[in-house]
Amino acid sequence: MILESLLVSAPDWAIDHAPVLIPVVPLIMAAMLALSPSGRLSWILSMVATAASFYFALLTLGTVQSTPGGIIEYWIGNWDVIGIEFRVDALNAMILLLVTGMGFLASIFAWTTIAAEVQKQKISLFLSAFLLCFAGLCGVTATGDAFNLFVFLEISSLSTYALVAMGASRDRRALTSAFDYLIMGTLGASFYIIGVGFLYAATGTLNMNELATQLPALSGNRSVQVGFAFIIVGLGLKAAMWPLHQWLPNAYAYSPSFVTMFLAATATKVALYAMIRWLFTIFNPDFAFEQAIFTFILAPLGIAAMVICSFQAVFQTDVRRMLAYSSVAQVGYIILGISIATTAGVAAGLLHLFNHALMKGALFMAIAGICINYKGTTIRDFAGLGRSAPFTMAAFAIAGLSLIGVPLTAGFISKLQLGYALFDHGWWWAVLLVVFSSFLAVLYVGRILQSIFFMPPANPRKTRKEAPLMLLVPLWILALANIYFGIDANFPAGLARDGAIAALGLEAFP
Amino acid sequence: MTPEFLIAAALVLPLIIAAGIAALGKFPNLREGVTIVGSFALLAVVVQLTMMVSAGQRPELFIGEAVPGLAFAFRLEPLGALFAVVASGLWIVNSFYSIGYMRGNRERNQTRFYICFALAICGAMGVAMSGNLFTLFVFYEVLTLSTYPLVAHKGDAAAQRGARIYLLTLLGTSIGFFLTAVMWTWALAGQNLDFVDGGLLAGAAISPVVASALLLLFVFGLGKAALMPFHFWLPNAMVAPTPVSALLHAVAVVKAGVFAVMKISVYIFGVDLMNATPSADFLIIVACVTIVLASLIAMTKDNLKARLAYSTIAQLAYVTLGALLATEAGLMGGSLQIAAHAAGKITLFMCAGAIYVATGLTNVSDMKGLGRKMPIVFIAFFVASLSIIGIPPLAGAWPKYELMQGAVDGSLDWVLAVLVISSLLNIAYLLPIPILALMPLPGTKPPKEFKRPGGAPALTVAAPAFTAALCVLLFFMITPISNFLAPAFEAPGTLIEADLP
Repeated sequence: MILESLLVSAPDWAIDHAPVLIPVVPLIMAAMLALSPSGRLSWILSMVATAASFYFALLTLGTVQSTPGGIIEYWIGNWDVIGIEFRVDALNAMILLLVTGMGFLASIFAWTTIAAEVQKQKISLFLSAFLLCFAGLCGVTATGDAFNLFVFLEISSLSTYALVAMGASRDRRALTSAFDYLIMGTLGASFYIIGVGFLYAATGTLNMNELATQLPALSGNRSVQVGFAFIIVGLGLKAAMWPLHQWLPNAYAYSPSFVTMFLAATATKVALYAMIRWLFTIFNPDFAFEQAIFTFILAPLGIAAMVICSFQAVFQTDVRRMLAYSSVAQVGYIILGISIATTAGVAAGLLHLFNHALMKGALFMAIAGICINYKGTTIRDFAGLGRSAPFTMAAFAIAGLSLIGVPLTAGFISKLQLGYALFDHGWWWAVLLVVFSSFLAVLYVGRILQSIFFMPPANPRKTRKEAPLMLLVPLWILALANIYFGIDANFPAGLARDGAIAALGLEAFP
Repeated sequence: MTPEFLIAAALVLPLIIAAGIAALGKFPNLREGVTIVGSFALLAVVVQLTMMVSAGQRPELFIGEAVPGLAFAFRLEPLGALFAVVASGLWIVNSFYSIGYMRGNRERNQTRFYICFALAICGAMGVAMSGNLFTLFVFYEVLTLSTYPLVAHKGDAAAQRGARIYLLTLLGTSIGFFLTAVMWTWALAGQNLDFVDGGLLAGAAISPVVASALLLLFVFGLGKAALMPFHFWLPNAMVAPTPVSALLHAVAVVKAGVFAVMKISVYIFGVDLMNATPSADFLIIVACVTIVLASLIAMTKDNLKARLAYSTIAQLAYVTLGALLATEAGLMGGSLQIAAHAAGKITLFMCAGAIYVATGLTNVSDMKGLGRKMPIVFIAFFVASLSIIGIPPLAGAWPKYELMQGAVDGSLDWVLAVLVISSLLNIAYLLPIPILALMPLPGTKPPKEFKRPGGAPALTVAAPAFTAALCVLLFFMITPISNFLAPAFEAPGTLIEADLP
């Protein structure tokens, strides 16, 4: 309903060009920010850019939902098949909405935290890098061209390395973790481009839709199969699929808290989207080799992430590292949902992806709020915060409960959907593992919450205050979304279902 | 008023009360006024609903779907009405008692205490009125989470430890087993979770192995039913203030567990499938072991609340046993036990609290001769003990009788022996307490002076006296109650009516 009224009020040019404007506006703004004289001005401009992207993402979603076929085809420069296409269906419209929404919320609170964590003269450049990363992620999601996806992936990755390294003013270990991430991320991107090269050699096209029409005839072709393997490993690295996740815990733990929040809510999500796109739209689960990969590679890896990384999370002492391991575990849930390759499974995975962005976004945002005037992030440092920062920590607790999957929170709905999908597929043993991993989540989230609400402060002389209002507002938007989507999940579940149908190309929902 | 409105009122009233308590936190008298007025209003609503159920109606409320297929739906049937009446009725008594206890003991954070209490009642109402497994699960967890701060109320190391065990056990079992069972039921029943008369899974083609596994998941997943080996949270929860132990850990929380077992037996499995499920026989043995073992452990406990906690574990297993026997008399016995045990056990806990407020004593061995100074409390304790043991004319007699009947109907004669042994054990661990207090052996040292001048606050004495009287009253009200419940077990009252005076 909101979408319809937006569509009615929007000018024609905005609706026509919305898919491409989503990444282009922040891209241009990023270049302008590099010249901006004042940090505060840059912050306002970055908010304007992300808000604009969010607006265009809403328009795109509205157009997709009201178009009969559910697909927007946008040929850049009208070059037709030899040019670059932006292609948006229900699947990436959902991811675009998520990424731009989280980016917008992140940019609102950016000022309060980066003013405390980044040197003054670097703020403009920092925000410029943020917008580049944001534009790259949007581009990866919107594009319909396999090579163009690589370009946007590199735009976002390169700027991410810089952003992570900016944590060095707080903790020097940020530099090594940025370097680690650089090596691993570059490996992933190289694998991806090698894979695309193989496919280009076999088909002679880079357009995803063209690839999808040509590949079924070539499913026995060795270079197609090799290309597939390279692409999945490359994207798996970006998505932090176990055991390719080694870069993630350090990157999350040492980067500036603003960057952690933004990356946790968006970066792995976009890589997962790209994976779904390759697995289901471009390739096809009917290919014999792909079936085997679902059952014997993706499902075991997803389960391993879910169980092993939840275990690792239980034993962490640093809250950010703990939540980082939990993120890898959540990626495991999503991959498990994908690996059963049914509409219900992919829909459950997408719903969990959406909800996970909401909960991790809120958790890391609350941590950012605490870090503004207190640098420690170990569990001991969190002791007693429930009294000195009740509003920040109440939101943290809500998101934590959602992470566990407590009823009346968003996390519960997506885990339940995943469980249903697994039972429908006959994988009851996987349900037991999901449930076991949830129990581990009770343990690690419980450790933090107990410290926050029931322990006396570790160092009472350090001042610790409530986060500023500019942070509390987006934080509580996310926290309340976690509750709202736990009671009435029709909106995200509908998006996820449409997205899954778009990905698998099925008309009916079983 | 429409049934929809009444159900909504029953769920929303506790929330309004909680908000009122929060708003009036600075004015203790007004704050307690909100609790009292609100609890009476809630009982009025629940009684109206119960009248409708008694007239054959089944009040329903459909709020909406979280996602397609997961509906927040409520439907009140006789079992749920019984549980709702018990919980909301005893909440009134317990509210008066809480005021006396919390003020007499000068407890801190009283506002938080009353808020969480109201939220817990909301959870209990939701459980009682739930129309499908999804709704049941949601409110079951609301009940768990809202009672956690109550168990941790004191805030010291022991309270935190007890509360942690409480939360981890209940969340662990419910997420680990109960939720799995819910999802499995969804798959087995063709994407449906509704409570259906005669059993949701009754018509489905389910192999005995699957049915067995599912039943095990359900019964052990409902950790609030405190079936061994998942019983240890209950003694640990006794670190809570006594009003919490009285209403929540003798009535609302634990009864939510056994009530859910009952409901799953009747409305998910159905009597026929229960009887065809092999693991039910195994679980009957587990329940019987729980009854005997918990009673034996209770005898070794000198701390009064710990002894009562183990007694609760044993008595809860009666309800589970009744649900598993799945004969009409067994189910009836289990349901009656929900009400009868509630009245008896809340009395015992309130007495223990009154003793603690007045004297600071917690150990049974220190209470010899105390009955001379606190006669009303110990007489109430005596009456309630007799009811728990199952001696007529007290409420506890009926459920035992029906359960024995149910065991015979199910041709499980050895269960009879277990029930008799259990009664003897009850005598051994309960009766010496009031008897030695009222009639100390010659040579017993006179008990210490009251810690609190003036003894127990009047409210903490009046409340258990009232519920002890209730134990007697319930014995004579058995005909209307069993007639009310009978439709839940299908054959309308033939067998049961014939047995009654």
